[in-house]
Amino acid sequence: MNGLIQGRAFKTGDHINTDYIISARYLDVYEPKELAAHLFEGLGPEAARRAKGCSILVAGENLGAGSAREQAPKALKGAGFRVIIAKSAARIFYRNTINVGLPVICYPEAVNAIEDGDEVSVNLNSGTIQTKRHGAFAFSPFPEPVRKILKAGGMFPMLMKMVPRLLKNQAERP
Amino acid sequence: MTFAEKIFARKTGRETVRPGEVVSVRPDVVMTLDADAEIIYRFEALGLPKVWNPDGIVCSLDHYAPASTVRTADLHRKMRLFAREQGISRFFEVGDGLTHQIMLERGYARPGLFIVGTDSHTPSYGCIGAFSCGVGASDMLSIWATGELWFQVPESARIVLNGRLPAGVFAKDVILAIIRDFTASGCSYYCAEFSGGALQDMSVAERFVLANVSVEMGVKATYVEVDEVTRRYADRGGLPYETVVPDADARYRVEKQIDVAALPPLVACPHAVDNVRPVSELEGTEIHQAFIGTCASGRIEDFATAAAILRGKRIAAGVRLLIAPASRAVLEEAIARGYLEILVKAGATLLASGCGPCAGIHEGLLGEGERCISTANRNFRGRMGSPASEIYLASAATVASSALHGVISDPRRDLV
Repeated sequence: MNGLIQGRAFKTGDHINTDYIISARYLDVYEPKELAAHLFEGLGPEAARRAKGCSILVAGENLGAGSAREQAPKALKGAGFRVIIAKSAARIFYRNTINVGLPVICYPEAVNAIEDGDEVSVNLNSGTIQTKRHGAFAFSPFPEPVRKILKAGGMFPMLMKMVPRLLKNQAERP
Repeated sequence: MTFAEKIFARKTGRETVRPGEVVSVRPDVVMTLDADAEIIYRFEALGLPKVWNPDGIVCSLDHYAPASTVRTADLHRKMRLFAREQGISRFFEVGDGLTHQIMLERGYARPGLFIVGTDSHTPSYGCIGAFSCGVGASDMLSIWATGELWFQVPESARIVLNGRLPAGVFAKDVILAIIRDFTASGCSYYCAEFSGGALQDMSVAERFVLANVSVEMGVKATYVEVDEVTRRYADRGGLPYETVVPDADARYRVEKQIDVAALPPLVACPHAVDNVRPVSELEGTEIHQAFIGTCASGRIEDFATAAAILRGKRIAAGVRLLIAPASRAVLEEAIARGYLEILVKAGATLLASGCGPCAGIHEGLLGEGERCISTANRNFRGRMGSPASEIYLASAATVASSALHGVISDPRRDLV
């Protein structure tokens, strides 16, 4: 997890579900870059165009509701998003996003302080969001399991590091 | 303690747990389906010879059933091979059924179990008194590799269903009324507990609808009060189980009372499940496709209702009625009871058991400007095809009546 993220914000509204992020028609696509080509198709061509080149996704309530598809955060990552700031995130989407190594910060006031296209910087080490119009916001540290997964760069790299121990455990099981 | 608190206390071997606590749990049963076949490739990349517990894994093919492309056919091939190599015997083929229905029918979902599945509608098994929640692919990979996963103990909502269901009103109408009141995020991260006198009129299939569609208000899990109906169903398979029930003095974050006797048939309008209106306000709205299927329906009770409405009749010209049984067992029963003949003679097209049309993958997608009334649980813009199409959600009765008349219709007139 790289501590400092600076970039342009792509701002969306409430209830952006995982269908809008990536359609079920691409669930058999596994490459993040390939998925990214179809990101936000459900929001129409204008949204997909505006999202290009942005690295900070700013969203309203209930981001990622709906399907459990991990392809949604993978598509966001593939498109170059490096952090998400939302008013609230749906449960499975939150887990999936952390698992692909993409931090999600739930902070309604910070969302209100950011406009679409604003330059924003997020310092994950100090826990601050620096906005262009309304100053800085301090966010609470991630819960322990989330911090561990993000530190490893996602669930898969974390499991990779556990493999020697898991192999030993498997060998010892009857 | 609530149902969720008692389950988490039991699974962690503790006296009590509190909402918000983070704990590690070894699930009793886990489920994965073909939309997450990628887990297999990543498991192989880890280089572990064996999954944690092959007997605790259920795998099934329902999202691309039958295969929609060469690519998905190859993913199915990979899943079959992996299941054989790993000794995963609870593997279900194309046409066997929707995974959630298989979990219930085969008794993999039983009272008191802790179940995790890679599908957002996994909370459905609350209908039988199991704790079940959805996760994504990486979380499942962690369980396959280590046997465990982290969870937060949820808050709970208590929803009491009072009164008796009027004729023509079903569990689907009840849950749409609840979602209208709570909104699409109003039960986020909660375990929703259903109880009350109205449950006596609801079979396990109807309770399944309550639990399944609850996902559309954000629930993590559900619980439908365990009673004789639950026990009779759970006893069919002869597999052991131990019920877990909430304490009388459990503390809830939210409590809601619903009088089901006052409910009319309801419809969730485009493009949000909490955009709910009485069917009377929508009557006459032209439809092009009607669909009875998905994990929110397609059970024998739904086909019985549809057959009662369409017996000896013919669906409206210009409308296609698609029907997809929730499982092979449901299909066989629908044949044996004559429902299938009635529906096909009325003009219905039989589809394979699967998620295809609802998820917008294949078999019955919508074109520009088309309108579909469906028994599904989601009506997001473009979900079934063109972004310029519309999806209305309702009970199997309302869908069947609408197919009959070619416009959204109140089923109560056709059920007399």
